[in-house]
Amino acid sequence: MIEITNTRMNHLIDPSLHIWGWEISVYLFAGGMVAGMMIILGFFFFKGREKEVDCVCSILPFLSIIVLSLGMFALFLDLEYKLHVFRFYTTFIITSPMSWGSWILILVYPVLALSVLLKLPKIISKLFPKIEKISAQLKSNRKLVKSVGVFNMILGASLGIYTGVLLSTFQARPLWNSPILALLFLVSGLSVAAALVHMISKSVYERELLAKADNAFLITELFIIILFVIGMVTSVKIHQDAITLFLGGPYTAVFWIFVVLMGIVIPLIIQSLAVSHKVKHTPLAPIFVMIGGLILRFVIVNAGQYSSWY
Amino acid sequence: MARYGMAIDTTKCVGCMDCVVACKTENNVPEGLNRDWIQTIVNGEFPNLTMEIRSERCNHCTNAPCVSCCPTGASHYHDGGIVLVHHDLCTGCKACVASCPYDARFINPEGYADKCTFCVHRVEEGKDPACVSVCPTYCMTLGDLDDPNSEISKLVKSKNNHTNLPEAGTIPNIYYLIGDNND
Repeated sequence: MIEITNTRMNHLIDPSLHIWGWEISVYLFAGGMVAGMMIILGFFFFKGREKEVDCVCSILPFLSIIVLSLGMFALFLDLEYKLHVFRFYTTFIITSPMSWGSWILILVYPVLALSVLLKLPKIISKLFPKIEKISAQLKSNRKLVKSVGVFNMILGASLGIYTGVLLSTFQARPLWNSPILALLFLVSGLSVAAALVHMISKSVYERELLAKADNAFLITELFIIILFVIGMVTSVKIHQDAITLFLGGPYTAVFWIFVVLMGIVIPLIIQSLAVSHKVKHTPLAPIFVMIGGLILRFVIVNAGQYSSWY
Repeated sequence: MARYGMAIDTTKCVGCMDCVVACKTENNVPEGLNRDWIQTIVNGEFPNLTMEIRSERCNHCTNAPCVSCCPTGASHYHDGGIVLVHHDLCTGCKACVASCPYDARFINPEGYADKCTFCVHRVEEGKDPACVSVCPTYCMTLGDLDDPNSEISKLVKSKNNHTNLPEAGTIPNIYYLIGDNND
């Protein structure tokens, strides 16, 4: 038997790490969602199918800017030395995922702004006819539209992967220390973005299309979660100990009930029935997907901090 | 260039916490926070027990994850491999706190990441760190690990020792001495 007594009782460190609260979870959720939206809208721009999917191409770019800004504001709130926020942009540290992320976030904005211009929301077209003119000019350049599509997909994938890599490179926190986390957050972001379109689009065609895509993303996410658990269970002792948080430990119920069952399995069943026209499309399924995606970030951020080498 | 490290003789340490008090006083460490602490590890079943008392702090790792993950370059290697934080560059993002397997860092109420500095301001004047200078059992030694003739190198060579979580791959530079080599 080993008994360890420690005199240290540092704020936010002991008895277990809890330095990152809701701000980081919300930021990771917003980042993942924007990543998913960028990949989806980028795909349709690249394929030249903007007219087929009006909601994706006219609303998502605009919404992405708002969601990303909210996420970055949450991140800003988390900083302990807020006046020094500009320090992220006075250097680039190649070994730091957070440094990569800071610069990716900055690159995302101009690409999203260009995407907004390529398919202006109707309200903006009416209010600002001059912008509509610029938009028409840009739209006529097919090469540009395709390039914007490609940049959206590349930056979206980078952003989605980054949200996972940010945590997975912390080997001090065994639960996070899995490369699968990057894929999990990327696919979860795609699924949340598809669910959003499924929920808000007025076009039946678009809703069907994105519901089908969401089903594929949800199945993939489920598969990745299983791989994540298997990878941890079959790894070294610190990883085995870490995954017990989800396998009988304090995060078991919230993970399996809210993330897996409510966030993936139930919406998958509802959406599968909806796309095969056995039930009507309902906003319930996409809402569940989005809540599940948010809870996933909360659970991973909190449980990861709870896991340690000791 | 020196490579600073510390040797702590666990067979001499009595866990009096003089080092903890000295550190807080020397470095004005805010109330409720500690740059160093005492860890006691009892191993075995009664009556066959062993106990190791350790004064712990930042390990000033050669492969420090807190340095590599810092997005602004605030966490850095100072001369002699001492891991320090530029307060002016730190944003308080807490990535370094999350990256340390020893949980040796914390956030100073002023907003920057804080931790043991090996009392670099004293070391550069040729003095011992505060914790070493007050230890009543002389269980702590700071010195150059790259100099084979330094006291610390001789201690590490002559005594059985271990580092904390070497499997984490951080290459810690604090050695816990656990008895003579011929024990």
